[in-house]
Amino acid sequence: MTTLEIAVHVDARGLSCPMPIVKTAQAVKPLAPGALVEVLATDPGSQRDFVAWSRATGHELVEQAVDGTTYRFVIRRK
Amino acid sequence: MPRTIDPIAEAIADAEGIPEAFTDAFTAPVPAAALDAGAERQPRELVIICYSGDLEKTWASLILASTAAASGVPTKIFLTFWGLQTFVKDSVRVTGRNWMQKMLSVMQRPGISHRKLSKMNFLGMGPWMMGSLAKRYGVAKPKELLEACQALGVELMPCQMTMDMFGLKREDMIDGLGEPVGAATVIELLANGAAPLFI
Repeated sequence: MTTLEIAVHVDARGLSCPMPIVKTAQAVKPLAPGALVEVLATDPGSQRDFVAWSRATGHELVEQAVDGTTYRFVIRRK
Repeated sequence: MPRTIDPIAEAIADAEGIPEAFTDAFTAPVPAAALDAGAERQPRELVIICYSGDLEKTWASLILASTAAASGVPTKIFLTFWGLQTFVKDSVRVTGRNWMQKMLSVMQRPGISHRKLSKMNFLGMGPWMMGSLAKRYGVAKPKELLEACQALGVELMPCQMTMDMFGLKREDMIDGLGEPVGAATVIELLANGAAPLFI
């Protein structure tokens, strides 16, 4: 676990593709560069999708963790 | 030749079981002028030609468009033929200026919330089941995806020819559509290297 300052939390639990990514992109957009966003998701595809998405956008995937059926991602806005 | 960094191509290359020849088409080198030294990498544009008005294809178009826009890919959707009918306001029941155009809209109700499945529509039973499955599995409905597309800056380009042929007026259409354009506008985008999807 981390002690980083999270600016925004995105709860995408129960949502299917592409909403975890779409909601995260919308949450990241208004933030200042360097701000952190935490995402919780239950879509198993999100494990790969968040890696691809961070490569595509340039936002850094700081953390990726699994807790049972919940996936947690921490993203640093570029 | 340096490998082009292209999020769409990478996403496709990541997918398993796609033949290399197919992904090669997306990794074609970008002209040298586009690779301006020091410039921030600009992903290739995506143009979705939304031709079908079927529920399942509308869904696919909007999932891909919202995801592309969320991934920083400049995304445009060209709305043409049955695909344009989807972007009539849900509240507008009959469109058209003459009886044939009006009949067309009566036989196929326009609006994003009134799409039919291309197969197994069963007088609306199919779409109803799809809607309730979508709800159960947390799948966003086309209307919600369209709102996300608009919030993320997806450009919606109505086809002028279809507007004329179906007798659609600007006030029949949802808010936020761009100026109507023709095929030449789409072809120019593709000629300049935008990735095309015909759905």
